[in-house]
Amino acid sequence: MSNWIEVGKVTDIPKLGARVVETSRGDIGIFRTADDEIFALRDKCPHKNGPLSQGIVHGKRVTCPLHSWKIELESGEAVAPDVGCAARYETKIENGIIFLTL
Amino acid sequence: MKEKLVLIGNGMAGMRALEELLKITPDMYDITVFGAEPYGNYNRILLSPVLAGEKSIDDIMLNTVEWYKENNITLHAGKKVANVDRKKRVVIAEDGTEEPYDRLLLATGSNPFIIPVPGHNLTGVIGFRDIKDVDTMLETSKSRKHAVVIGGGLLGLEAANGLQIQGMDVTVVHLCDTLMERQMDGVSGKMLQKALEERGLQFLMATQTEAILGDDHVKGVRFKGGLEISADIVVMAAGIRPNIELAKKIGLHCERGVVVNDTMQTYDPKIYAVGECVQHRGDTYGLVAPLFEQAKVCANHLAKLGIGAYQGSVTSTKLKVTGIDLFSAGDFIGDESTEEIVMKDASRGVYKKIVIKDNRIKGAVMYGDTVDGSWYFQLLRDGTDVSEFRDSLIFGQAQIGEAGHGGQNAASAMSAEMEVCGCNGVCKGDIVKAITTKGLFTLEEVRAHTKASASCGSCTGLVEQILSSTVGDYSATPKKKPMCGCTDHTHDEVRVAITQNKLTSITAVRDFMEWRNADGCASCRPALNFYVLAAWPREAQDDPQSRFINERAHANIQKDGTYSVVPRMWGGVTNSTELRALADAADKYDAKMVKVTGGQRIDLFGIKKEDLPSIWGDLNAAGMVSGHAYGKSLRTVKTCVGSEWCRFGTQDSTGLGVKIEKMTWGTQTPHKFKIAVSGCPRNCAEATIKDFGVVCVDSGYELHVGGNGGIHVRATDLLARVKTEEEAMEYCGAFMQVYREEAHYLDRTAPWIERVGLSYVKQRVVEDEAGRKALYKRFLESQEVFRFDPWARQIAEHRDNYIPIKKIG
Repeated sequence: MSNWIEVGKVTDIPKLGARVVETSRGDIGIFRTADDEIFALRDKCPHKNGPLSQGIVHGKRVTCPLHSWKIELESGEAVAPDVGCAARYETKIENGIIFLTL
Repeated sequence: MKEKLVLIGNGMAGMRALEELLKITPDMYDITVFGAEPYGNYNRILLSPVLAGEKSIDDIMLNTVEWYKENNITLHAGKKVANVDRKKRVVIAEDGTEEPYDRLLLATGSNPFIIPVPGHNLTGVIGFRDIKDVDTMLETSKSRKHAVVIGGGLLGLEAANGLQIQGMDVTVVHLCDTLMERQMDGVSGKMLQKALEERGLQFLMATQTEAILGDDHVKGVRFKGGLEISADIVVMAAGIRPNIELAKKIGLHCERGVVVNDTMQTYDPKIYAVGECVQHRGDTYGLVAPLFEQAKVCANHLAKLGIGAYQGSVTSTKLKVTGIDLFSAGDFIGDESTEEIVMKDASRGVYKKIVIKDNRIKGAVMYGDTVDGSWYFQLLRDGTDVSEFRDSLIFGQAQIGEAGHGGQNAASAMSAEMEVCGCNGVCKGDIVKAITTKGLFTLEEVRAHTKASASCGSCTGLVEQILSSTVGDYSATPKKKPMCGCTDHTHDEVRVAITQNKLTSITAVRDFMEWRNADGCASCRPALNFYVLAAWPREAQDDPQSRFINERAHANIQKDGTYSVVPRMWGGVTNSTELRALADAADKYDAKMVKVTGGQRIDLFGIKKEDLPSIWGDLNAAGMVSGHAYGKSLRTVKTCVGSEWCRFGTQDSTGLGVKIEKMTWGTQTPHKFKIAVSGCPRNCAEATIKDFGVVCVDSGYELHVGGNGGIHVRATDLLARVKTEEEAMEYCGAFMQVYREEAHYLDRTAPWIERVGLSYVKQRVVEDEAGRKALYKRFLESQEVFRFDPWARQIAEHRDNYIPIKKIG
C-alpha cells in the first residue's frame, strides 16, 4: 500500500533543476526536467556520495557536482562505463502537486 | 517493415559504423553482415601482440559471434560476397546466399601488396593482414628457423619483431636505406635500426628482392646483385592496397579506392563506404583514427540525421614494438623553405627534430622520448606561432617556463604498479588492463573507463603513450574539435555565430546551430551560458541551471556536500570590524575550519547550504560582499604593502590593487582569473604567476600576463611597461576583455596565450591603441551589468533555492 506524501508544487523546483526533501534517513533529491517530468533519487552519488540535487540536469540525467558522474534519473543507474546506483523513489503529480512515496 | 541495411566487410571500420548507428538509433534497420573470415570482428591492429605472444586471439575480439545475436544482427561469417545486383538491390555471396538491401555499406578494407617477383605465389609467402597469416607464422616458427620480412615499414617491423620473439632468425629487407621512411628521417631511422639490431634482427637495407626461391614451398630469397639467403617463410609487408575488387565489379566509381563524398556515399547514393577501401578527397587512410571518424559520419547519415561531414584527417604515427618509443607527424623532412630544431643524445637514445616554417611547426619526429609528441601535434594542428618559446621548444612542454608535478615521461620504462594519474590514483597496469579487456581505442575512452588523466590532465601525454604502446595510436584527432558530443561545431565557431547573429540565449544557440540534444549537456551548457552573456551583457539572460553548483549557490561545494564561504577583502586588506563579523559568523554557523587562502582572504568551511543566505546576510550587514571564490570570474587581487610601508616599495601597490579589484570584481571570465600587484621587483605578491600581474618599478609599472601556479607552473610573459596607474587599469581591463571575448570556456589565460600567441595579445592590447581603448570601454560597459553582489541578490530573490522543499519526520 503506497503512502503518498505531498512534497510541494512542480513550479517550486526550477526547470532543469532540483530541490531536496529532508528525511530522518537522509536527503532525497527531487528533479524536474525540461518537460516537467519529476524524478526522485536518494541524494547521494554512488561514487563518493556527492549531492546529486546540486548537479546539472540534462535530458533525463543529472551530472554529479563532485566528479561529473552521470546518473539516469529514471533508474538511478550510473551511465556506463561508470557502475553504481542511487536508490529511486516513486513520484506522481496531481494538479501540479508532487507526491512522493518512501 | 524495417529497412534493410547490409554491411559487406566484417572489419573494424564497418563494425564501428554499425556500433555508432546502434548508439543513435538501435531499431532503425534489419542489419546483415557479410565477412570473408570465419570470425566475429577482431582488432586487426593487435595482430602484432598476438604474433609476439603477448595476447591471444580471444583477447583481441571486439564483437564476438554472441554480440551479433544479442543485437539481432545476421552474421554471415566466412561467406565472401561475389556480386551485388544494384538494380534489384541484392547482395549475392559465393555460396549462393542472397540478402536484399535498402542501403548497403561497403567496408572491404585492404589487401597486402604482394610484390610480383618470380615465386611470389609459393606456399609460405604471406602477407600480415589477418588471423590466418598470424597462424601461419606461429605454426612455421615452431619447426623452422629462417624468416624473411620484405618491407621495413611499420607493419614489417612489427611482424619481424613478433617472429623473432617466436624464436626465428629474422632478416628484414628494405628498399630504402631508412627504416619506416614515411614516418622517420635518416637519423631516427638509424637509431631505430640500431635498437632492433641489438635485439637480434638483421637488416638488408637499400636492397631489392629479385626472386623467391623454392619448388612448391619457399626455400630462400634472391636479391639484386645475386645475394641469396635461405627462408622458411617470407612475409610481404610492402604496403597495402584498398580492396576495390567488388566495388569495381559492380560498377562503382573507383580510383585508388572507392571514391566517396563528405557523407561517405559512393556514386550510388544507396551505397556507402568506409575504411581502408575508400578514397576521400584524393586520400586513402590506413590508420584507425580516420576510419573511426568516417564511421561516425557514415552512421549519422545512415540514421538519416543528415548532420556531420568528414573533412579528412591529420595523422600521427607511433610504433607498437614493446620498449621502443617513436613518434612522427606532419612534414618532418622539410625543404629549403623550412628550418629545423634538432636535439640528439645518442647514449640516452633520444632524438627529436622539429621542422618549422614561419615560426609554425610543420612536422616533428621523435625517438626515445616521445612524451611531448601530442603537444607538438597540437601546436602543429592549431598552427600556433611558437616564436615566443622557440628557444626551449625542443625540450618539451615542461620546460616552457613551467614545471609539472614531477611525473614520469617514458611510459615504456614504467612498471605496472607505478602510478600514472596522481589525481585518481590510476596505475599503468590498471590502464593496460582496461584497454585490453574493454577494447578501448581512444584517449576519451580510457578516460571514461579508468579516469586516468580525466581530472587535471597533466598525465595526458603519458596515458597516450600507454595507449599507443598497447594498441597503437588511435588518438589522432579530427581537424577541428567539437565543443562536446552535442554538436560538431567548435568553440570558435559558436562564439562567432553568437556575436554575428545576436543569439542571446542558450536555446537560441542550440536551435541556430542545430544541437543534437535538446537540453545540451553538463559540458556545453555552462560554456554557452558564458558565451551569450559575454557577447550580449545587457540582452542575454543568465541561466542558473546551466551553471556549475558553485556559481549557482555562490559558494564552494566541499566533498561532504557542505559549502565554504569567502567574502571579498579588497586587495587583501581587512580591518577589525570585518574580522569581528567573520569571527561571529564562524561561531554562529558553526564553521568547522577557518583558513587563510592563497589569495589573501579568509575562508569559512563546513557551512550548511540552508544557512548560506543567513551567513551572507550577516556578512553583508558588516559591509562585506561575495568574494567570488567559487566562480569563473575575477577571484582575488593579491597585493604586498608597497611604498606606503615597505622600505623597498616603489609604488603604492596596495592602493592600486584595491582600485583594480573594485574595477574588475564580478566580471565573468572563461575560467577563474587571478591578479596580483607587487610593490617592487622582489615581487612578494607573486604577480608573475597570475593571469594578470603588476610589478611596480621606480619608473612605473610592468604588466605581466598568462601566469599560472597550478598543474603546470607557468611564469607570466611581459605584456608592456606603463607609467601611470590609469594606464595599468586600462591595459588590465582591455586584456581581460579580449580574453573574455575570444578564449574558449575553461581555458585559463596561460593555455589561451600559448594557443593564440603572445604577439597576437600584444597587438590587440598594446600596439593598437584605439583597439585597446575600445576593449576597455566594452569591459567597463559589461561591468555595469555584472558588478553587483550576488549574495545580496540571492537573499532577496532566490532564498527558496537554499532550503529543502519539504522536511519529513
